[in-house]
Amino acid sequence: MKPYLREKTQFGFHDVPENTCFEAGYLVTKNSGWRSIRPVVEHGKCTGCMQCYLYCPDGVISIENKKAVVDYKFCKGCGICSKICKTGAIEMEAEK
Amino acid sequence: MAVTAKNLCKDEFFYGHKACAGCGGSLAVRNALKVLGKNAVAVLPAGCMSAVGFNFPQLCFANNAIISTFAGTSSMLTGIEAGFRRRGITDFTAVGFAGDGGTADIGIQALSGAIDRNDNIIYICYDNEAYMNTGIQKSGLTPFGAKTTTTPAGENIRGNIRPKKNMFEIVAAHDISYAATATVGYMTDFLNKIEMLHIPEKIFMRLHLLLLFLMMVLLMRTLSLKMRKTASKR
Repeated sequence: MKPYLREKTQFGFHDVPENTCFEAGYLVTKNSGWRSIRPVVEHGKCTGCMQCYLYCPDGVISIENKKAVVDYKFCKGCGICSKICKTGAIEMEAEK
Repeated sequence: MAVTAKNLCKDEFFYGHKACAGCGGSLAVRNALKVLGKNAVAVLPAGCMSAVGFNFPQLCFANNAIISTFAGTSSMLTGIEAGFRRRGITDFTAVGFAGDGGTADIGIQALSGAIDRNDNIIYICYDNEAYMNTGIQKSGLTPFGAKTTTTPAGENIRGNIRPKKNMFEIVAAHDISYAATATVGYMTDFLNKIEMLHIPEKIFMRLHLLLLFLMMVLLMRTLSLKMRKTASKR
């Protein structure tokens, strides 16, 4: 499984010694605000070759039913998936 | 069995991190951990991967991971390996991800010691050819003529005046049995080199070292006793 986004809990100064350790993969913030362009998968062209999944530095692309699916919460919009895609199924579109 | 995109572990072990968009180092860490599996114990010295992976309370490693001292990646790997061995745990992999400064400049003494002790660890150096995390200062692996903030290209000097250290040859000169380079540009090659290091059956003593040079990784492994026996028979 992937690490998933959780509720951010507030803690005060006196909690810090207990709170320095969370379980592994404890995510509380998204990376989607880093993005100026977003990858959009055209499902007609996608063949499920998994190259975008293999080369994504953030691991946000997963293959579901032989089609690439992007987790937009953590995608930073670097565009590697679009460059690596041989069929041209992933286009980078401007964020609105 | 060769590792491909199809049979690679579906779990993510380095997720939601704060590395720059399109970071090659984070791609190397992510895919290396996917090959090594959930029982890998990652050791990260000061550098980008510890800076982007542990933004409290955002913990991006889904396996066990620890930040080491800058110079002590290899010694901490040695300690982790010895500790697990003492507790009778065998299905683990101690893996270190150090940058080029943490390997060739600051951590080279601990690295040399770990190779000398023939420890059962994996050491991965991702070489981006300067201290990129602190704003591009020259390291031992900065190539000749490269412009950095400490070797500026101007009228007096034209960038870095010293050639790049040959880290691969330095490690190979320790008489280590397996040394290789790989790059995240050729991902299948990279994955299979890490898979070669990660042998499921316990070899008694082995040391794996993997050095990544700006997208190039050196993979090294000391002789296992098994391999030594076969070599002596030949």
